[in-house]
Amino acid sequence: MYMKENLITMKRLFFLALLSLTFACGDDEQPGGGNEPVDNFDRQEMLFNWADNFIIPGYTALAEKTNTLKEAGASFSETPDATNYTNLVSAWEDAYLHFQDVSMFEIGKAEELRLTNNLNIYPTDVDALNNNVLEGDYNLELPSQIATQGFPALDYLLFGIADGQDALIEFYQTDANADAYLQYLKALTLRIDSLIQAVLADWTDTYRDEFVNNTGNAATASVDKLVNDYIFYYERHLRAGKIGIPAGVFSGSALPQNVEGLYSKDKSKALLNRALDAVQAFFNGTHTTGNSNTESLKSYLDYLEIQKDGQNLSTIINNQFEAARTTASELDDNFSTQVENDNTKMLATYDQLQLNVVPLKVDMLQAFNINVDFVDADGD
Amino acid sequence: MRLILSKYLNSNTDAAPLAVFRILFGGIMCFSMLRFQYYGWIEQLYVAPDFFFSYLGFEWVKPLGDYTYGLFFLCGLSAFFVMIGWQYRLAIITFFLSFSYIELMDKTNYLNHYYFVSCIAFILCFLPANARYSFDSRRYNLSPNIPRWSIDSIKFMLSIVWFYAGLAKLNSDWLLEAQPLSIWLKAKYDLPVLGALLQKESFHYLFSWSGMLYDLTIPFLLWFSATRKIAFVAVVVFHILTWILFPIGIFPWVMIASALIFFEASTYQQVFNWINNLWRSFSFAELRRPIVSFGQTTLPYSESNSSKPNLSIESKTVTTPKNTTARKFTLAVLSLFFIVQLLIPFRHLLYEGELFWTEEGYRFSWRVMLMEKAGYANFKVIDPDTDRSFYVQNGNFLHPLQEKQMATQPDFILEYAHHLEQHYQREGIRDPQIYVESYVALNGRRSEPFIDPKVDLTTIKPSLKPKTFILPFKGEIKGF
Repeated sequence: MYMKENLITMKRLFFLALLSLTFACGDDEQPGGGNEPVDNFDRQEMLFNWADNFIIPGYTALAEKTNTLKEAGASFSETPDATNYTNLVSAWEDAYLHFQDVSMFEIGKAEELRLTNNLNIYPTDVDALNNNVLEGDYNLELPSQIATQGFPALDYLLFGIADGQDALIEFYQTDANADAYLQYLKALTLRIDSLIQAVLADWTDTYRDEFVNNTGNAATASVDKLVNDYIFYYERHLRAGKIGIPAGVFSGSALPQNVEGLYSKDKSKALLNRALDAVQAFFNGTHTTGNSNTESLKSYLDYLEIQKDGQNLSTIINNQFEAARTTASELDDNFSTQVENDNTKMLATYDQLQLNVVPLKVDMLQAFNINVDFVDADGD
Repeated sequence: MRLILSKYLNSNTDAAPLAVFRILFGGIMCFSMLRFQYYGWIEQLYVAPDFFFSYLGFEWVKPLGDYTYGLFFLCGLSAFFVMIGWQYRLAIITFFLSFSYIELMDKTNYLNHYYFVSCIAFILCFLPANARYSFDSRRYNLSPNIPRWSIDSIKFMLSIVWFYAGLAKLNSDWLLEAQPLSIWLKAKYDLPVLGALLQKESFHYLFSWSGMLYDLTIPFLLWFSATRKIAFVAVVVFHILTWILFPIGIFPWVMIASALIFFEASTYQQVFNWINNLWRSFSFAELRRPIVSFGQTTLPYSESNSSKPNLSIESKTVTTPKNTTARKFTLAVLSLFFIVQLLIPFRHLLYEGELFWTEEGYRFSWRVMLMEKAGYANFKVIDPDTDRSFYVQNGNFLHPLQEKQMATQPDFILEYAHHLEQHYQREGIRDPQIYVESYVALNGRRSEPFIDPKVDLTTIKPSLKPKTFILPFKGEIKGF
């Protein structure tokens, strides 16, 4: 009796399996194959592309620059003359631009070290910075110290502490506290370099393999995490940080002191453009490393045939990146003066950046079924 | 009719299925609380955030700061006592209250599964689930026989969940577009073997249709003894599959364990005998004794028990099928509960507009896995006194999960707007006006404008009234 029922159960299960198989094979044999893509989009190829052609090369290039920055910082603090100053400024600018290429990858070690928070929070808290220098007793690893270090703090020390290059060099040569400031400046360049070297070392030692093999579809999987990071960066640091906040979008009144590169004055636009290029290149998967894999958010969207109003969603997103770039090209090199003189152009750029949030955050996330956070769900 | 009903209400049955249900339910719930703490969710969801979304009428239910851990501990502890059947009545009432309180603290974390647990716990408060295999039954010599309706009420609750979940799948998105399964299954590319198959459209339809048929038929197949075993196999296969495919936590195990209650006491007897035989064949001769004894551990009910506190009520109702007040009360409460259960999932008929879009009457209706929604809501604050206006960075107020839930559900958007109003009033804006520009993408469609951007949300009070500030859905979904 028991055996017989078991047998029936087995038979039914077998039948069910057979039915599924028939279903599965059925559409392969359809004439023309229908319009359904049969091949699996290999998301791991996308992870390979991201790790090997964007993240690791990005950090490798940045690490060279921060190493130069560290050496230039040491030389200048040793001998604060015009030559060393020029070298240091150019090393700072180089590293700052390269940082824009990787700032969106806040994952793994970078997430653990809260890299963007430690390297690019602006405006710098000048009072707290001066306090650090004069007291000489500070711990840059504390969360309370994010606005006293990184590239913006160097921006202040290299351009803001006195008016003009000659006055600056004179300050570092003659001021009563010059030595304390030079030591602080050196400490900042050291810390930038050590943070970047730590992140790069982690990627090349172990994290790369962990990253490319974490191929699942969960909030903790690489694709989900990095896409969330990417959109967070675009919304928070690029759209809001570089344009929206100084333009007063979130405060109702313009905040010209809140631009990136406040003291160097002519770097804001270059930094924005670099970040915009990086974000778009990552979206498209286009790289210059010579490796062959190119799978990207764009090719993934195209594979899924995601369209909106008769157009590929990827085209819409790329067009919008272009529109934002075009509007931004109207801006002054110095966003601070732009905000003060004609804020409408800043607001127009913000609007163009904003227009890409919905396609990226709503349409793309839905298409990929990206999980926002690791919690139980029942799909409603 | 009246006679049949009264005969039914007075008929008794062996308590074994309900007792086993109690043990498994208590055990899984206790595990569930430990799991919640293990993943750091108490901190992440209830202690760290500054703001919580409330259910209408339950605004007073909020997390208790650091005491929230104590609440979870109490909930887990009471689940443990439910499992072992020690002071059962007190334990299950404590569990029901603490668990429901937890669920009411933030509706961001609403899951049908949690609601199901609350419903079952509520019913269990009225049932003699400690009549067997419990410390109580030994201590108070409880009768192993209990009213038939007490087991049937759990079965009925389960049947409502499955059947209504099946009804809700009778819509064009689910059946004709295979949405949202199509989106979800495609994303499971990295599963061995299954991953490649799940890319195929035919599989999305297979899963959609078989899921619908499963939900609609499984209650009946479990009630009838002829189909019960095959139905249980289907329960196991179906729920394990959902466990593999979707991040739905412990729910599959709850459902598999719950489905066991459909088996007769005699089946439990067979299984226990089988286990005993197995045990005997492996153990030494002097240790030969049954590990699970059936029908012998409990003594017949004796009147002397009635002097003992706590558990006398169900003992009395069991052996003396008279219409005592307590029994009348229990039956009345449960009847009312089930009438409400049967009606509530239909309350969306009171609202116009597409249910999936407006979500008016969506929750508490066993609509499970029906929607993939993504949204974005950009709030604009205007100070009418100065004409100053600015946008809100939602990340400053909400954690990512809250932001995601808020952006797709109108009642969340409204509540958040009122929270922003209060915040900016404290910041010194006398009468902030709050507008939202929002987009939602539903079940694979592209994003569409969601909330009327011309409505000042601070002028609308949260209520059950139709939400006129929702823009109409441009797509069409036919069906239940």
